[in-house]
Amino acid sequence: MQINHTLNSIILIALVASGLWTIMTRSLIRSAIGLALTSAVLTMLMFSFDSWLAGVFELSVCAGLISVVFISTISLTQPLTKAEVIKHMKDRLERFMYLPFLIIIVGVGLSLLKVNFNFQLPSPEIETDARKVLWNLRELDLLAQVVIIMTGIFGVLILFREMRRK
Amino acid sequence: MNASLTLFWHLFVVVIMLVIMGFYCIFMTYNLIRTLIGVELLIKAVTLLIITAGYVTGHMALAQAIVITLIVVEVVFIVVATGVVIGLRRHNGTLDTRKLRNLKG
Repeated sequence: MQINHTLNSIILIALVASGLWTIMTRSLIRSAIGLALTSAVLTMLMFSFDSWLAGVFELSVCAGLISVVFISTISLTQPLTKAEVIKHMKDRLERFMYLPFLIIIVGVGLSLLKVNFNFQLPSPEIETDARKVLWNLRELDLLAQVVIIMTGIFGVLILFREMRRK
Repeated sequence: MNASLTLFWHLFVVVIMLVIMGFYCIFMTYNLIRTLIGVELLIKAVTLLIITAGYVTGHMALAQAIVITLIVVEVVFIVVATGVVIGLRRHNGTLDTRKLRNLKG
């Protein structure tokens, strides 16, 4: 129990650190890699909470596919010139230098806060298998997911068809 | 306060920190790709909140099903949004939101 608690604490600190690095880093590619790292750390937390299925989805789709999409997008847009990069660095530092302090103050402040929870926790569902929940209880969600995926496909097709015409 | 609720509070603090990071990134940046990265961090915070709620209440299977739905929505959103970003880049020659002055409406 103690080992599990220590492990969860380390994972949570890593999650905040990777999120902070994602925002603070200057390079967009590093930022995309930081996002993938955040997803990977979140996956570790999911595995720690015995949510294997969601963890696998998070790792493969969020840390994998979305990173590929971001890196492809960055590579399809032209990089800045050297003069623009120097100007941008100074400008960015001024805007983002307060974030680490804000995060530390909020984190420490909220951790020290004594909050009393009085709500009654509901009893666990009969179903304990995520696959059964998906197929038997949340069929409508699956239908909605198919519709959303089709919307995405048609959205991208329309976007790139317009570009080809131009 | 029992152990699971203490854990919930610690995880909730991390969720709040991720939400602050996401909003800070969205409000402070002028780059469209970095704005999407901020939105992604907000989605990570929501994912962590759902998983935490599922773990604390014992409804882990339901939480996983909702997280999977969220991931599907997230990936479709990102794919379409990056398509729009590429289109804007080709049309305007920049990703700086301050320079996107030729939008109609």
